[in-house]
Amino acid sequence: MSLSAKRDVDERSFAIRELARLQLHDMLYRMRLIRRFEEGAEECYTRGLIHGTMHLSIGQEATAIGVCAALTAEDQITSTHRGHGHCIAKGAEVRLMFAEFFGKEAGYCRGRGGSMHIADVASGNLGANGIVAGGIPIAVGAALANRRLHPGRVVVSFFGDGASNEGAFHEALNMASIWKLPVIFICENNGYGMSTSTSRSTAVESIATRASAYHMPGSSVDGNDVSAVVEATTLAVERARKGDGPALIECKTYRWRGHSKSDRNRYRTKAEIDSWIEKDPIRRFEDELRAHGIIDEAGIVEMKARVDVAIAEGIEFAKAAAEPAIEDLEEHVYSR
Amino acid sequence: MSTVAELSYAEAIRDGFATAMAADERVVLLGEDIGVYGGAFQVTGDLIERFGDDRVIDTPISELGAAGVAIGAAVNGLRPVLEFQFSDFAALAMEQITNQAAKMRYMLGGAVSVPVVMRFPSGSGTGAAAQHSQSLEAWLGHVPGLKVVQPSTPYDAKGLLLAAIEDPDPVMIFEHKLLYKMQGNVPEGHYTVPIGKAEIRRRGSDATVVASAVMVHRALAAAERLAERDISLEVIDLRSVRPIDTDTIVESVCRTHRLLCVYEGVKTLGIGAEISARVAESEAFDFLDAPIARLGGAETPIPYNPRLEKAAVPQIEDIEQAVTDLVAGRL
Repeated sequence: MSLSAKRDVDERSFAIRELARLQLHDMLYRMRLIRRFEEGAEECYTRGLIHGTMHLSIGQEATAIGVCAALTAEDQITSTHRGHGHCIAKGAEVRLMFAEFFGKEAGYCRGRGGSMHIADVASGNLGANGIVAGGIPIAVGAALANRRLHPGRVVVSFFGDGASNEGAFHEALNMASIWKLPVIFICENNGYGMSTSTSRSTAVESIATRASAYHMPGSSVDGNDVSAVVEATTLAVERARKGDGPALIECKTYRWRGHSKSDRNRYRTKAEIDSWIEKDPIRRFEDELRAHGIIDEAGIVEMKARVDVAIAEGIEFAKAAAEPAIEDLEEHVYSR
Repeated sequence: MSTVAELSYAEAIRDGFATAMAADERVVLLGEDIGVYGGAFQVTGDLIERFGDDRVIDTPISELGAAGVAIGAAVNGLRPVLEFQFSDFAALAMEQITNQAAKMRYMLGGAVSVPVVMRFPSGSGTGAAAQHSQSLEAWLGHVPGLKVVQPSTPYDAKGLLLAAIEDPDPVMIFEHKLLYKMQGNVPEGHYTVPIGKAEIRRRGSDATVVASAVMVHRALAAAERLAERDISLEVIDLRSVRPIDTDTIVESVCRTHRLLCVYEGVKTLGIGAEISARVAESEAFDFLDAPIARLGGAETPIPYNPRLEKAAVPQIEDIEQAVTDLVAGRL
């Protein structure tokens, strides 16, 4: 490539080139919203306002946002135990999520599901899942139904690196491929299945290479680069909508917090965690938008304030919301 | 409901499928070798020719994955019916059945329903040995969120299938392999048999037997023999393991004053234990003239040898003897 030709090449990222300013603003807003939602939830947990446990995705926001930026409101997702980001990225309201975490009747699952089963079917989130890989075959079935009933609609299945070692992963990807279903498999590889690193648990270095076993395209992207994620997902979505079948995308990322609230972080070093905090996906995207004049300092300050208000209002809403009635314990086990 | 045909239990199920699939485009069948092969027990038969391979879908040998696919399709608006080749293979899919299908509606606070049907060819008596002969209905009957039925006749096989397909919740149908060739009257067209309702198959006054699937027929045969000795046996076909029709059983025991539970699943912690407890907890307890008795499967895997296999589950003569003892006060 000559120097003159190189000057003509658009070196801006996919997101900057292809997405509208308003969408880029919304993506940054929602990335912050996820971060502050989880910080808020963690604080409420520490103060005893939320019980049980939760799995925080702080540090992984670019994956959830990048994937969902490539989807329409009609497209659907299945999510994981580390699913707060997916839920917000797909369009959920944080006040109804907080209400769920507080176990209140106003929550998305009427207080029956909690963090690990958070869902917002109306915005296309068929639910987080407490079983690793549990949502993957369900996504394939959802896509099978969509092909008959809602042609053009795509289903994304989020799962972690650990899920790719489950049998359900194998069975589901194989079926999606033989039936060429409109489903996209997003592996959020954060390096650890609880305490066990992928190098100790997983025979391949890149989970994307597993796609070849199912004769589908596999790609591996920097999961902290929201533009790289939205670009890879957009390609896969276009392919799936055309009827060309599924794809597997590995997003390499990192969770800053422990696996769950019981984690004492004995299996990784502070230096490792710090090195990933340096790669903060939100600051990175913010810097990129600023560098291209898409947002300025005042815009960022205003956005942060809006996020803080949404979080504070969400927590107050959840605190004030009503508990489920004891006599409704057996409601919703069956439809009738 | 017009004409009535003489159909086998397997044909009655196929007829149920044809009725449902003609009426509702959303009904799709999934399973291993259910297409051109026609199903391991020839239940789906020629349905692939009548409805096409996008509605009669051969799956890979992937029970866990296929269960999840059926569940996801159900949540998204289809009415999938998944055939397991043998009920034993439910063990491969227990995660999806018990953690996903059964709980999804509840976990999501009623935001979805999961109208999936799963069919499980079940039971011993075919020489298929330990991994192809189990009676696992109590496993799934233990899980809130599932409905579990066991048809014993061609009429019920079709009627319960149609009820299951129309039901908004997951319904597990345990079909007994020994019944697939059994003939019976089956009305043409659409009808349903209610899920959760037992049926009194024979009226009697000296004792009540509660049985299901093939055990209903063994109990009826025992009742014939007992009648020759002036012992009058009432036979209740349980039909539904979850929910259990406690009222029909309690009402019967209040009349007959004696109860024998007969079931093919392993005796310990089985369906008979639940029925015994429900009767013991009910007003029927005061009417009992003898302790409640149970005949269940032996505490072993199902053996291959035909004599051993027969000995592992209740037979007609076992029921006859147990009722004789019950009535004579020897139990």
